Amino acid sequence: MSAHYQDRDLVLPGDVLYEGRIRTGENTFRSQEVVFATRIGLVTYSQDNVYVVALESRYNPLVNDLVIGEVIDIELGEWIIDIGAQSDASLSIPDAVDRPFRTDFIMTRILDVGDTVITKIVDLDRRRTPILSILGPGLGKVYEGFILKITPSKIPRLIGKKGSMINMIIKETGCRVTIGQNGRILVSGPNREREEMVVKVIEKIEQEAHISGLTNRTQDYLKKLKEKLR
Amino acid sequence: MSKKPTTKKTAVRKPARSKKTVAWKRSDGRAFDELRNLKIESGVLPNADGSAYIEMGRNKIICGVFGPREMHPKHQAKPNEAVLRCRYHMAPFSVDPRRSPAPSRRDQEISMVMRSALEPAVFLERYPRASIDVYIEVLEADGGTRCASINAAAVALVDAGIPMRDLVAACATGKIEDKLILDLGDYEDKKGQSDMPVAYMPKLNKVTLLQMDGIMSTKEAEEAINLAIEGCKKIYEVQREALKKKYGIDQNQVKPEKEFQPEEVEEEPQSEEGHQ
Repeated sequence: MSAHYQDRDLVLPGDVLYEGRIRTGENTFRSQEVVFATRIGLVTYSQDNVYVVALESRYNPLVNDLVIGEVIDIELGEWIIDIGAQSDASLSIPDAVDRPFRTDFIMTRILDVGDTVITKIVDLDRRRTPILSILGPGLGKVYEGFILKITPSKIPRLIGKKGSMINMIIKETGCRVTIGQNGRILVSGPNREREEMVVKVIEKIEQEAHISGLTNRTQDYLKKLKEKLR
Repeated sequence: MSKKPTTKKTAVRKPARSKKTVAWKRSDGRAFDELRNLKIESGVLPNADGSAYIEMGRNKIICGVFGPREMHPKHQAKPNEAVLRCRYHMAPFSVDPRRSPAPSRRDQEISMVMRSALEPAVFLERYPRASIDVYIEVLEADGGTRCASINAAAVALVDAGIPMRDLVAACATGKIEDKLILDLGDYEDKKGQSDMPVAYMPKLNKVTLLQMDGIMSTKEAEEAINLAIEGCKKIYEVQREALKKKYGIDQNQVKPEKEFQPEEVEEEPQSEEGHQ
């Protein structure tokens, strides 16, 4: 019955986190009475639980997530979309077009290979393949802006508590920022300089996501960037 | 009377002999249990999910990891677990004389050996139908590339965020002039009597790879394995440092903020001008 690390210490796969009976959270595994880490990350001990906040991980698709993906293939009645998960997602015609199906329907007029789309995961099928939809406000094909990629496990830090971080970035830069839970971020703003500001800030957040006091530091960094612009 | 001086002479000679045995050093001047200088860096390739660069002696190896991702061709996917694919490749300029870039039997063997050395450490069953691809490119070779590649691949797998039971460290032992040595270089590999690469998971205390070329007695082989495991433990520490370095935790959370403050001080006078 003992913890082997302090809260929020950096741990590596194979590190012993806890010996004794305890519930194990994400990125851990138990062998007999010993709990190990499986990913590089920050260990967190709560009252009856131990888990690791991963610093590196691939996207794990969950229902209702907003994701940004790229159309990589068209099959019979569905588009295959790369969302950076372990398997490619599928978007079928009823989830893309809100009107009755007609035989002269041409799929490439809606989405073609190479297009970027903002979509939502509506379901996971029996093989855990994500089923997507582009019916809904804010969803659909992307026409402008550019895409940034960060580690999906750092998305909560980018959003901040009740969106404090991302709202600050949007307010300070005046850009539109769409965050996909899969770590892809769409940035479109009034001019190139402001868009690049967002890119720099997000890169900084990714590098320093594990260090506390992030929102304040980001605010200072934004101010500094703004002054450079003038 | 005449015997005494002879005994004296031998008494003088003996320490000289023992000095000679103590002074036995390897062709590159290392002690028998000394590793070559080792440098590992993680996250060197921006487009890979995880990557690592290793310098082990004069070996220079770069490793990229992709996945877990959709398996192509699809028929190779396993319905119950992910497939770990390794590709070991030596650059044509990595050895003298130039080497053909086409995959050889040796490349195939090392790819297979690396896969089986890394597989026990990875939670493959968590990603059914997926593939995890490990690409190893040897830029400069100087003996023991399979061990160095395993060391780099383990770091790259952690950097890719693939769930693992433990890191894998690898190190070779061998025999030259009837003496056991650790971490063979190219010369020792070729001129030595025997060569034994070992891969080892330090936290779980498990050996994942054991190969041997040449001749060793049972006792020597046992000693060699233990020597290799000691070497692996030293390498493991370097791997850990390489992974931690990316997050600047060496200086324990203080350094990044310190780095930031002086910048702030420099910028302040400018901000005042801006406001005026």
